[in-house]
Amino acid sequence: MGAKKETLNGIGLSKEDYAGAPSTLCRGCGHNAIVNQMIAACYEENIPPEKVVKFSGIGCSSKAPTYFLSRSFGFNGLHGRMPSLATGALFADTSLIGIGVSGDGDSASIGMGQFKHVMRRNLPLVYIIANNGVYGLTKGQISATAEEGLALKNQSQNMYMPIDIVWEALVGRASFVARGFSGDPKQLKDLFKAALHHRGMAVIDVISPCVTFNNKDDTLHSYAWGKLHEVALHELSFVPAAEIVTVDYEKGQTAKVDLHDGTHIILKKLEHGYEPGDRGAALQLLEEANRKQELVTGLIYIDPDQKTIFDIDYLPPKRLNRVPAEELRPSRESLNKVNALMV
Amino acid sequence: MAEKKSVLEPVVNDFSITVGTVNGSGSQTANLTLMRAFFKMGIPISGKNIFPSNIQGLPTWYTIRVSKDRYLARSETTEIMVAMNPASFANDLDKLVPGGIFLYADHIKEEINRADVVVYPMPVKELVRESGAPRSLRDYVANMVYVGALTHLLGIEVEKLQEALDFHFGGKQKPVELNMKIIKKSIEWAAENFDQASPYRAEQMDGTDGYILATGNTAGALGSIYGGLQFTAWYPITPATGMPEAITKYRPFLQEDPETKKYKFSVVQAEDELAAVGMIIGAGWAGLRTVTATSGPGMSLMSEYVGLAYYAEIPIVIWNVQRMGPSTGLPTRTSQGDINQTYYLGQGDTKHPIFFPGSVTECFEFGWKAMDLAEQLQAPVFVLIDLDMGMNQWMTEPFQYPDTPIKRGKILWEDDLDNLDWEWGRYLDNDGDGIPYRTVPGNEHPKSAYFTRGTGHDEYANYSEDPETWAANLARLNKKFELTRTMVPKPEIHSRDGAEIGVIAFGSTDPAVSEACDYLEADGVAVDYLRLRALPINEDVVDFIRSHKRVYVVEMNRDGQLCQIIALEMLDQATKLISLTYNTGLQLTAAWVQNAILGKEMK
Repeated sequence: MGAKKETLNGIGLSKEDYAGAPSTLCRGCGHNAIVNQMIAACYEENIPPEKVVKFSGIGCSSKAPTYFLSRSFGFNGLHGRMPSLATGALFADTSLIGIGVSGDGDSASIGMGQFKHVMRRNLPLVYIIANNGVYGLTKGQISATAEEGLALKNQSQNMYMPIDIVWEALVGRASFVARGFSGDPKQLKDLFKAALHHRGMAVIDVISPCVTFNNKDDTLHSYAWGKLHEVALHELSFVPAAEIVTVDYEKGQTAKVDLHDGTHIILKKLEHGYEPGDRGAALQLLEEANRKQELVTGLIYIDPDQKTIFDIDYLPPKRLNRVPAEELRPSRESLNKVNALMV
Repeated sequence: MAEKKSVLEPVVNDFSITVGTVNGSGSQTANLTLMRAFFKMGIPISGKNIFPSNIQGLPTWYTIRVSKDRYLARSETTEIMVAMNPASFANDLDKLVPGGIFLYADHIKEEINRADVVVYPMPVKELVRESGAPRSLRDYVANMVYVGALTHLLGIEVEKLQEALDFHFGGKQKPVELNMKIIKKSIEWAAENFDQASPYRAEQMDGTDGYILATGNTAGALGSIYGGLQFTAWYPITPATGMPEAITKYRPFLQEDPETKKYKFSVVQAEDELAAVGMIIGAGWAGLRTVTATSGPGMSLMSEYVGLAYYAEIPIVIWNVQRMGPSTGLPTRTSQGDINQTYYLGQGDTKHPIFFPGSVTECFEFGWKAMDLAEQLQAPVFVLIDLDMGMNQWMTEPFQYPDTPIKRGKILWEDDLDNLDWEWGRYLDNDGDGIPYRTVPGNEHPKSAYFTRGTGHDEYANYSEDPETWAANLARLNKKFELTRTMVPKPEIHSRDGAEIGVIAFGSTDPAVSEACDYLEADGVAVDYLRLRALPINEDVVDFIRSHKRVYVVEMNRDGQLCQIIALEMLDQATKLISLTYNTGLQLTAAWVQNAILGKEMK
């Protein structure tokens, strides 16, 4: 390659500044699309890498945070326990943007408890589930999101009904629920951008094929099936605060969602004519899609104003981890009062 | 009315009262009021609640020991028994010492088969009815009848009872008046109907000056707050729940910002212990002072995450308020059975410092000290108490304001990184003490970020499976642990003239062991007593064992867990150690310790 001129973003960083360690995932793994689109989304949105904290659980999916934003702090924790780790850490500095990457094993099996509870707390976190229906790192076991009847090499047939992560997130009352597909990187990037600006729990279930263990053309988590059955709900674009006045959008055909930080999501309706503000309608949409064998993708539900855990917990506006040590301890006089209460 | 003479010598300020009631019948108010009234009379007391794992209906007992000599362990004898529960009536009567006093609610129609005790039936229902208490509250206030009867019998000062009730109801006049009305009615009734003066008397003394009454859970909560607590996450479990509840209760009082009206620390009730510990590990990693409290079953659930915090070097403090295991065990009974579990919690080679507060005021002190140590070591630090210390009210010295500023350990911010003359690596042992420097999220220095993982890593936090790197890192973690020996509180040693044997104990058994040492001396067996205040053991413990012929290790579990740990750490002395274990779920008594040691010494 010749000397490529670096293009800098609005805060003077090149795309290279958003890179991570080289991926050790399989060539063609859907998760690499997640990594690449996250790099692009952060770069294009001018997000300083130092303002991002990355979290993950255990599994192929959870290796992903190593491969983007190496200038950000990251924590690769325990299997299924990423949500609690992110919850505690984000309390330390609420100006940080949390990005969690998990998988279908990590969130829909061992971590289902923490997954559901972090939804209802509406922790501000971009929560990506790289969903391939299979345990990759332990070499090809069936996961809880795999379709009934799926037969994998060296495994008996899946006898159970699948867990739908989007459904669970909706029922758990997440304030932003989307589905993406690694075979549709453009939409994935736009969803990531919207999620990065959303204040609250932003779940993105990404159908992210495992090319090694679960990518037969007729299986639900394969590239081929996805490409054939994907039905995008909208043409989605993301508009920064300053540019909204210049956007020409047609009422009725287009929906605009105003986010907390002044940015906007523009959704151009496609055949479904779907608007993502109603949880009941979202559940109905999933039921219909299931019946019609469609892979609906896009922003399925959003409530930009739902209270977050930080609103609920009376958090001070300060960054807690920068409070000086001498301000942490109550006064000597207060302890005298406490002692006087106990006689 | 003419003064009635007792046939026996009066026993002043030296007896135990046990009240047998039905769980959920509101007897706690009556018992705590009695206890506080004694305390306000200046008489040293302890209160032990023996309760079932149940909300309503099963038998429960409360024992108040009144001791002018400040012997405050549970006593094996009861001089005064109050029987309010038909189900435990026969047993309660049976437990009373000869010459003891037996009060019971007269609606209980059970056989009285003892002639060697003084028996008074109390017309509980009648007195409550006559007091005019509203029907809906009668069951709750009925227990005040025995408070009144005991007041007359023992000579408790009525105004101290009133003060104790004021305390209990936070100055709310209505309930205080209602309860006082019954107490007074009962006193009148007792004065007319008790035909013998009690040999047991309560008399004003000055034995509680400068003391407070508090539970270990409250003290631990306050100690954590004064340790600069910033984040706690917890999950309900008996007997630890009182600690996060106290943290939450004191939050508006102690840590509300006067300007913003926001709290200075956060409390999250998690979905389980896995999440509770995960949250505090996230917070500790990101630079917050954190604590959680749990008990055995919760400790089991936290084990995987604690191993991660050990290996990834994240400061957290966990209080284990022990209850009786294994398994669900006896959730409302006390134990010291989690020492091995705690010391080695996690897979692979893990070891953790443990603080053992031996009094409620020490719970406060170790509360803030544990938080300092956790951040200095960048490691999980544990504080072990038990149900007895956590949930019962103990007479204790007032909480002392911390005498050293908050220690945040080796933490680097932007300016620090700018001024560094060496290349920082997250796990690089620059100082040679095994403790590296850390940065936390939010640090905007371009060199501050690193990737934390529970998998193999090198000095710069890069993923590594290199054999030498792995071994070196684990050796450094051990070096850090060895350093801990000099950082944890030293033991407290009580020596006696001519003592050739020693006893080691820790935690809530301190009153029983101290008392037993006095009795043993009277029996001609002088014993030096080492109260262990932390693990790992340090030189003082080693010297104590080396300088005694035999050393008894007293603990409340089956296997002598502390004895095993000490033996392993000084194998050449192991044959000197004699394990004495008491494992019933009840609090240790001085009589048991005395007999156990005499039994061995007299062989």
